Amino acid sequence: MSGRSLIQFQDVAKVYHMGDVEVHALRGVTLGIEQGEFTAIMGASGSGKSTMMNIVGLLDRPTSGTYLLEGEAVSTLSTERLAEVRNRTIGFVFQSFNLLARTSALENVELPMLYANVARAERIRRATASLDRVGLGDRADHHPNQMSGGQQQRVAIARALVSEPRVILADEPTGNLDSRTSVEVMKLFQELGHSGITVVLVTHEPDIAQYASRVIQMRDGRILSDQRQQPKEAVVPPWTDGDEVDAP
Amino acid sequence: MNPLQTLRIALRALTRNKMRSFLTTLGVVIGVSAVIAMVAIGDGAKARVEATFAAMGSNMLIVLPGTSTAGGAMGGFGSMPTLTWDDLVAIQTEIPTVRAAAPQLRTNAQVMSEEQNWGTQVFGTTPEYFQIRTWPIAQGVLLTQGDVDGGSKVAVIGQTVADKLFGENSNPTGHAIRIKNIPFTVVGVLSKKGQSQWGQDYDDIVIVPVTTYQQKIKGSLKNYVEGSVAVSATSADTTSRAESQIRAMLRDRHRLPLGADDDFSIRNLSEIASAQQEGTRTLTTLLAAIAAVSLLVGGIGIMNIMLVSVTERTREIGLRMAVGAKPADIRLQFLVEALALAVTGGLIGVALGVFGAWRLATSFGWEVLYRPDVIAIAVGFSGLVGVVFGLYPAHKASRLDPITALRFE
Repeated sequence: MSGRSLIQFQDVAKVYHMGDVEVHALRGVTLGIEQGEFTAIMGASGSGKSTMMNIVGLLDRPTSGTYLLEGEAVSTLSTERLAEVRNRTIGFVFQSFNLLARTSALENVELPMLYANVARAERIRRATASLDRVGLGDRADHHPNQMSGGQQQRVAIARALVSEPRVILADEPTGNLDSRTSVEVMKLFQELGHSGITVVLVTHEPDIAQYASRVIQMRDGRILSDQRQQPKEAVVPPWTDGDEVDAP
Repeated sequence: MNPLQTLRIALRALTRNKMRSFLTTLGVVIGVSAVIAMVAIGDGAKARVEATFAAMGSNMLIVLPGTSTAGGAMGGFGSMPTLTWDDLVAIQTEIPTVRAAAPQLRTNAQVMSEEQNWGTQVFGTTPEYFQIRTWPIAQGVLLTQGDVDGGSKVAVIGQTVADKLFGENSNPTGHAIRIKNIPFTVVGVLSKKGQSQWGQDYDDIVIVPVTTYQQKIKGSLKNYVEGSVAVSATSADTTSRAESQIRAMLRDRHRLPLGADDDFSIRNLSEIASAQQEGTRTLTTLLAAIAAVSLLVGGIGIMNIMLVSVTERTREIGLRMAVGAKPADIRLQFLVEALALAVTGGLIGVALGVFGAWRLATSFGWEVLYRPDVIAIAVGFSGLVGVVFGLYPAHKASRLDPITALRFE
């Protein structure tokens, strides 16, 4: 693998201790992910895909091996430095959206910038732009409970995008969405990939993985297969009579 | 994150649960309002006691002559003249802690103006007396040393006597009065001093030069003071020292052997005053202790609710960490929430305490005295309670693992 990959795993292992039992979540993974790639990580539960996401997202540290993000060995950084790198470089999208309740879409999107000390006017400008980008510019003052699941997830994506990160990490982003809304979200991710943002997606749904340009299968903490593919183009089907309002 | 932003987030979190936030602050509200009200009432009472004693005279000692013994019956203090005029001069000139000393010769007499007559007490003294009692003149002039030296038939009268003899709002200066049928000219009216704690009217008095008193009103022994000596010390701190110095000097002058009883007595009025103040202070301390306990309980309430809040918002904390919050940011946020709860409670407490004290004061006729320093301390202390009891929940929040926190249900 080239050392210039955006995300570079070199023999990364992770061992958890649950009481006296050692759980080998990752058993020496070596992997490079290039800028702009749209990668889907698949695997059954317990395959190590979530652990890999946590390590990529700097929420967890490898037990051994090295992880280079933008060429920097991040596994040795302090908790404070990791928070800064996370804030600047990585955007998270979760299965359950994790929006702050009783807080407007705009303020939800502003959140990462609060921790980057961005001035208020600039925060509002960028949050509005980010909401526009996911097609929710007109819902800035809506609260999460006034929005559908798909809209909430798009707010979450806007939040992930607002600090102009290099990487978007999405953990089962369509798990709580119906199929139509799922396609919408995938379309958004494909667009992000075209604009140079690296998207890493964890999913267990093969139809979702089709939209990615690379699919990595994991089992028992190891990479089972790693294939590049021609991604399926995400086309949102037109509305037909009887279509639901996309509620979770 | 900037502090203002942190405060805004904290306030929003608190206003989301208005009822809960209010109930949480209640402990602090009660504690602080109790402190403010009690100290205000306590200080009001103390100020009243101080004013009463200030009316008697500041830093005042009274030296009384000894007792007479007639056939085994002890006559009580003052019944036997043992103080000489030289003793008085010695007290005045030889003791550095004494600011002034004056004789007090007193008798009851009928006093007449042209229209009215009035039974009152007549004092014979020197000009220093007014200084000792801190008793300024309202109209006319005080007695002078010249009046004493010349034995002038002049008098200074108290407000009550002025009212009774000449009617209210009159100006008796220059008018004549008769004391025991001897004509005196009123040269001044003293300012109103009010009543003593025991209901004695300070203003029911006629004061004449001591020499005139001895010659015209009550003939007396040549060498002995047939009354008492009022002394004022240089300051409140030196009053006790002045007392012991006077005692030592008088024992020496009277050639009393070691072990013999004093043939005089000294009353320290400031000691009575401080005993009263001590009582008030004990009460205030007790109430402050109760208030402190209440603040402590309030603090525990804040800690309890903050711990609940941290648990409830575990996912929010996880999310904030994932998007870039450092542990210190999270700690500060929860600390500021606890602080905001406590300080809000403190401010409500101040308002309630001030109002409560005022309400009690008006309905019971008490005096209140608000002390800005106590109010500031109470608010500061409630803030301290917030920080102390907010520290543990905030620390707990900042130590959460973001992965676990994000999965928390």
